Amino acid sequence: MKVFVAMSGGVDSSVAAALLQERGHEVVGVWMRLAPAADTGPRCCGTFEAGEDARRAAAVLGIPFYALNYEDVFGRNVVDRFVGAYAEGETPNPCVACNQYVKFEALLGDVLAKFGGDALATGHYARVTRDPDGGARLRRATDAQKDQSYALYMLGQRHLRRLLLPIGELADKAETRRIAARHGLATATKPDSQDICFIGGDYRDFARRRVPDAFVPGPIRSSEGAELGMHEGIGAYTVGQREGLGIATGERLYVLRIEPSARALVVGGRDELGRTRYRLRDLRFTVTTPGAAFDIEVALRYRGTPVSAEVRLDERGADLLLHEPATVSPGQAAVFYRGDEVVGGGIVTSS
Amino acid sequence: MRRIYLDHAATTPVDPRVAEAMAAVYRDAPGNPSSIHDEGRQARALMDTARERVAAAIGAEPSEIVFTSGGTEADNLAVRGTVAALRHKGDHVVTTAIEHHAVLDTVSELEREQNVRLTVLPVDRYGRVDPEDVREAITARTVLVSVMHANNEIGTIEPIAEIGRICRERNVVFHSDAVQTVGALEVDVRRLPVDLLSLNAHKFYGPKGVGALYVRKGTPFARIQTGGGQERDRRAGTENVAGIVAMGAALEIATRERAIESPRLARLRDLLLSGVRDAIDDVVVNGHPTERLPNNASLCVRGVQGESLIVALDLAGIAASSGAACTTGSLEPSHVLLAIGLSRELAQGSLRLTLGRATTDEDVDVVLGELPRIVSRLRAASPVA
Repeated sequence: MKVFVAMSGGVDSSVAAALLQERGHEVVGVWMRLAPAADTGPRCCGTFEAGEDARRAAAVLGIPFYALNYEDVFGRNVVDRFVGAYAEGETPNPCVACNQYVKFEALLGDVLAKFGGDALATGHYARVTRDPDGGARLRRATDAQKDQSYALYMLGQRHLRRLLLPIGELADKAETRRIAARHGLATATKPDSQDICFIGGDYRDFARRRVPDAFVPGPIRSSEGAELGMHEGIGAYTVGQREGLGIATGERLYVLRIEPSARALVVGGRDELGRTRYRLRDLRFTVTTPGAAFDIEVALRYRGTPVSAEVRLDERGADLLLHEPATVSPGQAAVFYRGDEVVGGGIVTSS
Repeated sequence: MRRIYLDHAATTPVDPRVAEAMAAVYRDAPGNPSSIHDEGRQARALMDTARERVAAAIGAEPSEIVFTSGGTEADNLAVRGTVAALRHKGDHVVTTAIEHHAVLDTVSELEREQNVRLTVLPVDRYGRVDPEDVREAITARTVLVSVMHANNEIGTIEPIAEIGRICRERNVVFHSDAVQTVGALEVDVRRLPVDLLSLNAHKFYGPKGVGALYVRKGTPFARIQTGGGQERDRRAGTENVAGIVAMGAALEIATRERAIESPRLARLRDLLLSGVRDAIDDVVVNGHPTERLPNNASLCVRGVQGESLIVALDLAGIAASSGAACTTGSLEPSHVLLAIGLSRELAQGSLRLTLGRATTDEDVDVVLGELPRIVSRLRAASPVA
């Protein structure tokens, strides 16, 4: 099979390429240029240095390698959505957006349609298993500690049937590093990348420049509507956040919700924080819809422990009914699991 | 898979005879050409011979050749050196919209940082500069006119003899970047009224990292880097002896073989272009229909991204380029293609196939088999580029 490997410059995707090569596939490395070289905005594996690391890894393996430009797609679907979420009072999830629109839509589409590839592989810690009828299922990685299946919940059959995730089958990160060392890959000792690639930099400064409206001061209110003070702009807050409110009332206050139209933060005590009912939009299912209403385990954040819930679908989205209250920021993904299989998921809305 | 290399405008493979001459220097001539001792004299003698060969190939005197690290340095030396040497006389530079970045970015930096006044002349739809535009642009303050001999992307040959005559009448220094032409076309400074001419060895089957600037005797000139007094105080730094020897050998061979090789390449290029026109709809040939480099086929394919085209061709065993190798990685359309009036959309579908000594009729057939298939696949994948 002719397999294109999305190489990030890190050890995981380099080893993915090496493993596929060992299995006799014709492997081609691709790296996605996501931001201009001198850009100071949010960046990911799309930096110049990451591209150089990927290029070196491909050269060590002796596979063809291309740096492909996805700046436009990334800018529109990841960066714009990222800053747009701040304006909406949401907590954006750029990894999910990057997977959904860039890696598994634009890149996978190009690999299959333009470059004659049979499949795309990445270095994600998750697994794809095949059913006898040819269907593909997305599952957690063998190494539960490294599992990244949460960020892949949006993949459907048309993606999964063309996807290889060899890293997810390895016992642990140590095995990944051993394989890298065996192939002489310099990335064997490279530190792990951040799970969420936007963390670390001055992404709030970036958002401040792009959506200044989200950084205009507004009122802090109690859930009864009492004005408690001012905040520095909704873009600086996340639902569930306790620190940084700048008001002293004697009790610990948390952000309960953000009301972008009024630029207001609604705060309250810890006892007011959790909810059992959330609204989901943009529902996706890996294989098929389990039914109009179904019981499922749901992960409410990256590497979160799944909790029991019921999902009731309707024409506009779904209600998520949790058995125990939990705090989730709008914009985050709720991912459905059945055992180790990812069934699907959706985005938590603010309503 | 058998590879077909059609990116000779980016670089040419080193001729084995040249590689051998180069290896012999590393093996047998360890000296520094500035040294007094026997080892130094040997290195100097080898370099002198190479200088004579390069000079002879373009009709120059050996003392008029300044070796550099390549075409970019030669362009920088020509532009910065002339502007510095004539600062007392004027501050105006005339160039064109399709120059290599080694010239364009240099003059814009001089404009920004040294208050040099700049006139960038347009070109027609074939990429030709009108010599009358040069005449009109020259003022009493003009110190330099820089117009390339042939464009590296679209292959158009510029009327530099005429432009040179105008500069001479007006007593203005004339520089021409001849990186793409020396070795492929006859370039004789005895007949061509140029004062400064940039050369680059790796475009005529020599090694990378060595080039030269021809400086006509009597041309005002200032060095741009300080250090030792090499190259008659015009270019400081220990000379790249092996590279210079190789450049001399490569240019001698290219000059000798040019009379047969260039028409052969032109015939293959015409086969390629007519084949592409026949097999692919909506394709535009860039550059001048007749006044063009013998080995250059520059195209724009509507509805595809150049980057995708290059990747797909490479996977099929064909090395090509979407424009200048120096700007690969950016999706910004080429300044040359925009200057000849192409839309940004069309310019993004650019493909440059540049032929060379190893190219055969069979290679052209293979390309004419693969390219239409790849273009229809890409067009099907992205109906709009």
